[in-house]
Amino acid sequence: MRNKTTDIKEMTNAESIAARQNRLSYRIKKERASYVMLAPYFILFTFFTIIPVAMSIGLSFTYYNMLEMPQFVGWKNYIKLFLEDDIFLISLKNTLILAVITGPVSYMLCLLFAWIINEFTGWLRAFLTLVFYAPSICGNAYVVWNLILSGDRYGYLNGILLKLGILDEAVQWMKTENYVLPTLVVVQLWLSLGTGFLSFIAGLQTVDKTLYEAAALDGIKNRWQELWYVTLPSMKPQLLFGAVMQITSSFAICDVSIALAGNPSVNYAGATVVTHLLDYGSVRFEMGYASAIATVLFLLMVGTNKLVQRLLGRVGA
Amino acid sequence: MMGKKMRKKKTGKILGIFKRREKKLNRSAAGNTILFILMTICGLAMILPLVMIVNNSLKPLDELFQFPPKIFVRNPTLENFSDLFVQVNDSWVPFSRYILNTVIITGGGMVGHVVIASMAAYPLSKHDFPGKKILFAFVVMSMMFSWQVTQIPQYMIISWLKINNTYLALILPACSFGMGLYLMKQFMEQIPDSLIESARLDGASEYRTFWSIVMPNVKPAWLTLAIFQFQQMWGNTGSTFLRDEQLKPLQYSLNQIAAGGAARAGAGAAVTFIVAAVPITFFLICQRNVLETMTTSGMKD
Repeated sequence: MRNKTTDIKEMTNAESIAARQNRLSYRIKKERASYVMLAPYFILFTFFTIIPVAMSIGLSFTYYNMLEMPQFVGWKNYIKLFLEDDIFLISLKNTLILAVITGPVSYMLCLLFAWIINEFTGWLRAFLTLVFYAPSICGNAYVVWNLILSGDRYGYLNGILLKLGILDEAVQWMKTENYVLPTLVVVQLWLSLGTGFLSFIAGLQTVDKTLYEAAALDGIKNRWQELWYVTLPSMKPQLLFGAVMQITSSFAICDVSIALAGNPSVNYAGATVVTHLLDYGSVRFEMGYASAIATVLFLLMVGTNKLVQRLLGRVGA
Repeated sequence: MMGKKMRKKKTGKILGIFKRREKKLNRSAAGNTILFILMTICGLAMILPLVMIVNNSLKPLDELFQFPPKIFVRNPTLENFSDLFVQVNDSWVPFSRYILNTVIITGGGMVGHVVIASMAAYPLSKHDFPGKKILFAFVVMSMMFSWQVTQIPQYMIISWLKINNTYLALILPACSFGMGLYLMKQFMEQIPDSLIESARLDGASEYRTFWSIVMPNVKPAWLTLAIFQFQQMWGNTGSTFLRDEQLKPLQYSLNQIAAGGAARAGAGAAVTFIVAAVPITFFLICQRNVLETMTTSGMKD
């Protein structure tokens, strides 16, 4: 019936209606309900995300200590950051190392485990999901690694190695420069089967089962081919989402570093961009400088994400 | 389609733990064995630290400081928990107050986020209106950086809004996390347009379509959202914004107790256990619900 009326209208004065429907004000009015539903979220979003990002970029060009009015200093903060602040360069290097290792590895692990778990059914699948997901949701319970890595002989790692005779004396794991970064990588990987992982499991469940049957008829032989030609292209939205999650969290490593290595850590071996940011933001109250660090972090995270999104667009192609 | 899914599930159960599809050629026994062994090894590595948390919370003090350290407890005792209980009863603010604060903050953030984000996700996924692309682009962008980036200006804004030192300082920002909206929109896009179209033809308003057609169909998605949000809110000590002791959440007071050093190692172990156990339990309950919803949705067809 609806089609009939539109048909008649179209026949009478199709052109004027088309012109009216294209007018912006008409389209906005027609979708009023949409805007009403969007409003609560986007008002909050503007206050707590959009304005803060803009402010952070603005403040990065000032000297600001939260007591006096911000003073404009031009590029001075950035010049200091990249030319004078050695600790920032160390933390930037550490962040990049951590991100380059934990990002892709954790992403692959998420996908691999989710895919294998999807091969199981029933309680076993639920149990495995829980086992792999649990570390990332156990709050700040990663402090248990402090017990494992404890520098005295009561630490589990020291205890085991001493007992086996591999070590002669207890090693101060988190106080030895060379061990800090590798340890952080391990702990971060342990923690990293999080949101992306769950999203992959959910994504794998939504893959249309008839596609597999069709693929089998088309001559797909084993599960590896099935994964590449059927499963992955079908769960592309989840793949992109998972990438964003893993990249962002791998650049934001900070709590783990502070809990295990301390802030400042020995010879800044565990310093990351975020710990540096916290140092200036909540200890030294140099907000302008901290904002410059935040802006660099912002550009680093968004830039990497954009790049990877473009690469992932080619999955299954 | 759903009926077919159920039938397959049943055959799967009869044939064993591995899924069988019509074409069984795809699954080799050797492949299954390798996968099973791999999962066992990795699973053990993942769970070991958690096993330590459980065992430590049950260890008497002499076992906590034992050389060589043992993973498993010899003489399990609930002493650590009673120690913690004593500490808790000594606290200046009644402990129930901390629990109430956590319930308000976590609950408010969870419910608010699920409702507000789904409400915004519906038009973004199913309607076409001016500004849609740019709004969604902003949300996707917001997921590409972590909260530390906006931490300093956010603090200033919360002060300007005069909600510093109230529950709202934690709840409102939590409601506007980008991830929930993104995830919800992805799931809503999988709802067939015909379902929404038929509701519209039946005369349902947009709000009604959203609440009684779309929302029940994305139950797995909003349970997932609730899990994520709970996890975010639970770990929050709130110490940045909340200064009144009466407003602080459980997490804060537990951390205070655990920070007592060697003398409180027992109570600290109990705290670590509780901090880890609550979100894991919550996930366990929600996970079951997600599986449940999938089976019931299969029977309706």
